[in-house]
Amino acid sequence: MQDHVFGFRTRALHAGTPPDPTTGARAMPIYLTSSFVFDSTEHAAELFALRTYGNIYSRIGNPTVAAFEERMASLEGGLGSVAAASGLASQLSAILCIAQAGDHVVATASLYGGTVTQFTVTLKRMGIACTLVAGDDLDALEEAIRPNTKLIYTETIGNPLGNVADLEPMAALAHAHGLPLVVDNTFASPALCRPIEWGADVVVQSATKFVGGHGTVIAGVLVESGTFPWGSGKHPLLSEPSPGYHDMNFAETFGEYAFLMRARTEVLRDVGAALSPMNAFLLLQGLETLPLRMKAHVENARAVAGFLRERDEVAWINYAELADSPYRTLAQKYLPDGAGSIFTFGLRGGREAGRAFIEALELWSHLANVGDAKSLVIHPASTTHQQLSDAELATSGVSPDMVRLSVGLEDPADLIWDLENALRAAAKVADRVGAGA
Amino acid sequence: MIVETVSGRRDLLARSRTVAMVGASPNPTRPSYFVFSYLRTKGLLDVAPINPATAAIDGVKSYPSLAAYAAECGPPDIVDVFRKAADAPDVTRQAIAVGARAIWFQYGVINDEAIRLADDAGLDVVVDRCLKVESARFDGGLALAGLSSGLISSKRASPPRAAERPRSVEPPPQP
Repeated sequence: MQDHVFGFRTRALHAGTPPDPTTGARAMPIYLTSSFVFDSTEHAAELFALRTYGNIYSRIGNPTVAAFEERMASLEGGLGSVAAASGLASQLSAILCIAQAGDHVVATASLYGGTVTQFTVTLKRMGIACTLVAGDDLDALEEAIRPNTKLIYTETIGNPLGNVADLEPMAALAHAHGLPLVVDNTFASPALCRPIEWGADVVVQSATKFVGGHGTVIAGVLVESGTFPWGSGKHPLLSEPSPGYHDMNFAETFGEYAFLMRARTEVLRDVGAALSPMNAFLLLQGLETLPLRMKAHVENARAVAGFLRERDEVAWINYAELADSPYRTLAQKYLPDGAGSIFTFGLRGGREAGRAFIEALELWSHLANVGDAKSLVIHPASTTHQQLSDAELATSGVSPDMVRLSVGLEDPADLIWDLENALRAAAKVADRVGAGA
Repeated sequence: MIVETVSGRRDLLARSRTVAMVGASPNPTRPSYFVFSYLRTKGLLDVAPINPATAAIDGVKSYPSLAAYAAECGPPDIVDVFRKAADAPDVTRQAIAVGARAIWFQYGVINDEAIRLADDAGLDVVVDRCLKVESARFDGGLALAGLSSGLISSKRASPPRAAERPRSVEPPPQP
């Protein structure tokens, strides 16, 4: 006898949200409360000792937030999930769950600029070193591993380079060294890629983007597979006695739940970057249409990329959907339903033409976000990546002429109309610059 | 019968009232104590430790053997096994002898001989699962912790059993 396996679209609508048992409410109620009364002093003691499940205080857990967490775990194919106030808070939680001062992280270099800063500035100040490895060479990644390395980190689709990570051999490499592979899945979302299916152990993402889908809330979430051997001794934060919990050993006591329990009851509890129940409700609404939205995002992105590649004003396009992309083969393997709707292109005329292009756009919103239902545009060198040094900029693959698009759900003809007008404006500037004016 | 489905485990727990926990430890950092304490305080199952080295855990009498438990309490609905896998066949023979209806092997307690013995004797058999986790899957505990329950349903959950209902100072309204 087999259990029925529900499909992705059904789980996007239902996972984590059965009818409210108390009221019968079909939509997930917003439990906007800071704290929860205990049944008795004994119940309180059991909760604080982590021996029973239940709510104490919304910094550590909340029913509406938990519904979002369970749905994310279901969609990513993980054992469980911990939400946080932002994507950066989620990836920091994942790292602090297994690394401490004196430890080391290996990451691919083509990462979101905020992540690079978090790793190379803030983690460094906390005593956690990070080696960023440029390019797609797995041997170079392996060479960066040290005895004190605790994890390998990458993005499914790199921001803003659009490179696709070769997740399967990367996970095998990590596991051969006793390390987990941590993957930021923000640009793909679980609708297009589920890194755990390829061997990843922890998936983090900014839920602000496609998960929420409407550019309304800042949120992050981590999902863990439940299959990594945390008790091997390589990660003492999980396999040594915890002074915060009467010397309990998370790996021994919670087995496959060790990482998730520590991420919630020590890291989230002490870092304090909790997700609001109101925001969790909005994210649940967003997830209901995630598979439908991602399909439409990809269709529009293909149309826009097809238009741009025919234009003389466009020097290059980095989109793994295009036949001549160096990442086409990897995209076909890991992103068979589409390589998302965020990609970059270069404008002839460089920085000046880029500025003229963005200022001439009417429909595309110039802002620092991606994954909104509305189409977005930005010039990374002057915004998201401006805090990086020239050398770091080159390492993460950002060129001065690069424009990043996040293709939304508008009529594609309207998006193309707007781009065409802006390309003409950029061309005038490019001609002037080219003529030495 | 070997119970391998979510619905099978839900039905097994729903029809069970008593659990004899072989290897329950009074040490509050041990996994078996976490399971014991969870089941005891949740109150949906009557759980008793089977441990000759301790007289009681948290006020619940401990029995030196399954036979001693059955002599006083009758056959247990579930024998929950917290012993190393090599000891599982011996525990299984004792469980069969006292008329247990089901045997539950905790995480890592995987022994083919024990599974076959129990299955042949007509017991329901659960292997490499945690009784606390599976209880929490159906009582909503897992979901509250952000853990995937794997459950999808648009039916309203049945109200908690009488002992779990909130106490009220006023009588319920008359229909």
